[in-house]
Amino acid sequence: MKSPIALSSDQDPDVVVGVENASVRYFVPREHVPTFKEYAIRFLQRRIHHDEFWALKDINLQIRRGEIFGLIGSNGAGKSTLLKLMARVLRPIRGRVWVKGRVAPLLAMGAGFHMELSGRENVFLNGTMLGYSEKHMRERLHSIVAFAELEDFIDAPMRTYSSGMVARLGFAVATDQMPDVLIVDEALSVGDSAFQIKSLERIREFQKNGATTLYVSHGMGEIERTCDRAAWLDHGQLRFIGTPKEAVDLYLNRKPAAA
Amino acid sequence: MTKEVPVPFYDSAKQKNPAWEEFIQTLRYKDLIMHLVRRDVTARYKRSVLGVAWTMLNPLGMMLILTIVFSQVFSTIDGYAAYILSGLLVWTFFSQSTVSGINSMVWGGDLFRRIYFPRSVYAISAVGTGIVNLLLSMIPFIIVSLAVGTPLTLNFFWVVIPIILISMFTLGLALIIASVGVRFPDIVEMFNVFLFAWMYLTPIIYPEEIVPVWLRALFKFNPMYHLIKLFREPIFYGQPLYPQLLGICTLIAVFTLVLGWIIFSRMSDEIAYRS
Repeated sequence: MKSPIALSSDQDPDVVVGVENASVRYFVPREHVPTFKEYAIRFLQRRIHHDEFWALKDINLQIRRGEIFGLIGSNGAGKSTLLKLMARVLRPIRGRVWVKGRVAPLLAMGAGFHMELSGRENVFLNGTMLGYSEKHMRERLHSIVAFAELEDFIDAPMRTYSSGMVARLGFAVATDQMPDVLIVDEALSVGDSAFQIKSLERIREFQKNGATTLYVSHGMGEIERTCDRAAWLDHGQLRFIGTPKEAVDLYLNRKPAAA
Repeated sequence: MTKEVPVPFYDSAKQKNPAWEEFIQTLRYKDLIMHLVRRDVTARYKRSVLGVAWTMLNPLGMMLILTIVFSQVFSTIDGYAAYILSGLLVWTFFSQSTVSGINSMVWGGDLFRRIYFPRSVYAISAVGTGIVNLLLSMIPFIIVSLAVGTPLTLNFFWVVIPIILISMFTLGLALIIASVGVRFPDIVEMFNVFLFAWMYLTPIIYPEEIVPVWLRALFKFNPMYHLIKLFREPIFYGQPLYPQLLGICTLIAVFTLVLGWIIFSRMSDEIAYRS
């Protein structure tokens, strides 16, 4: 697609993530096709309809270097879809998304871990999944395990870990190297408070060094305390971008969604 | 400031040649492929007592049963047990790798939705796991060959080439079926049934000679017929690779892989939307 839009990154060197008129449409297959026979008939008549679902509509957003940017909204508002655009998992149907630098998604609840494998094996599996080399992971293994405070359990199969331990290891792997953009999708809420503080400290330290963090959470207090700016997403549309406090207030006082 | 490395810049509006891009990315993620293979090989048997030995015991058990059942019927072949086993090993490799590669790409699930890595990594690692299992099962094959007295010669080592070619064919086919399966998941189920028929249409458990001549002509159109024949030359007949057959097999393998790669990389955007 030829983009008529000028490269905004040229205009403002501090913007690291740019979302320009981006839209995402899913096709949701309509359930309740009663019988196979009917399905076959519909198929031949090309009448198998999918409902269109606009997960994101014309989103415009610029996120700057060193920001902790919060995203709030009800379930299904499009928060995760927006993160997927930035993590280059999805390409927008319309519009454009660009990201300067290396993106590290923090996988919620140990997605990407294999429960039968040991913690050590999983560090390598997860690290290479994030694009690191085997060699790099071997060098970093020690400090990753130390940060997760799992020295005594690292050779035990992961199914014996508590969910907090899994979350700790996931965070330790994803943040061992400072990314340019860190994506945190409700991944911190699992660990105990000591680890939450520790991980937040690390995010703050990244911030000082110029990394950007995208923070999705349903904890409104967390958003207000942690973020520099926040956006409220509602039914795939950006309703507000501004201070976290305003975003949270607007979100909490929203009119109940029209049925 | 840290050392100056060029900052990667991702732009959704700029799309390079998808097949080439997928290839470059796959090279970047080669260590992930290795770890996925390791995961699949070890995790599968983690809780069993005999562990990886099952990789060798499985085909041996199958061979034993088939030999007992069919040895009277197909007694024309010397070393029938080794004949069956050689065919079964390749077929198991082929069918397991395609099915698991297709399933993980079509139903790849959670990870695809959260993190970027080239999707073909799943198919490649499925084939890689298959290769590891195939190589491990060469050990019981050698034992069986010695037991039934089929010729074991230095030509055995030529087997590396058919293994490479069959892997290429397997990967290519998995990519093609997965590309279609993303849109029409029923294809995946159909493929399973098709595999079952395909196995009996290929001389794996029966010798080629018992098939009527007119039917045998149709074998030409079965890629697995050529590939399995090439595989058996060095390990069952103790022969070097026959150049003409090698040529046919190379053509089949390269063509399928290139086709599969191109189709799949064009579909990979859509996979993200549908998984």
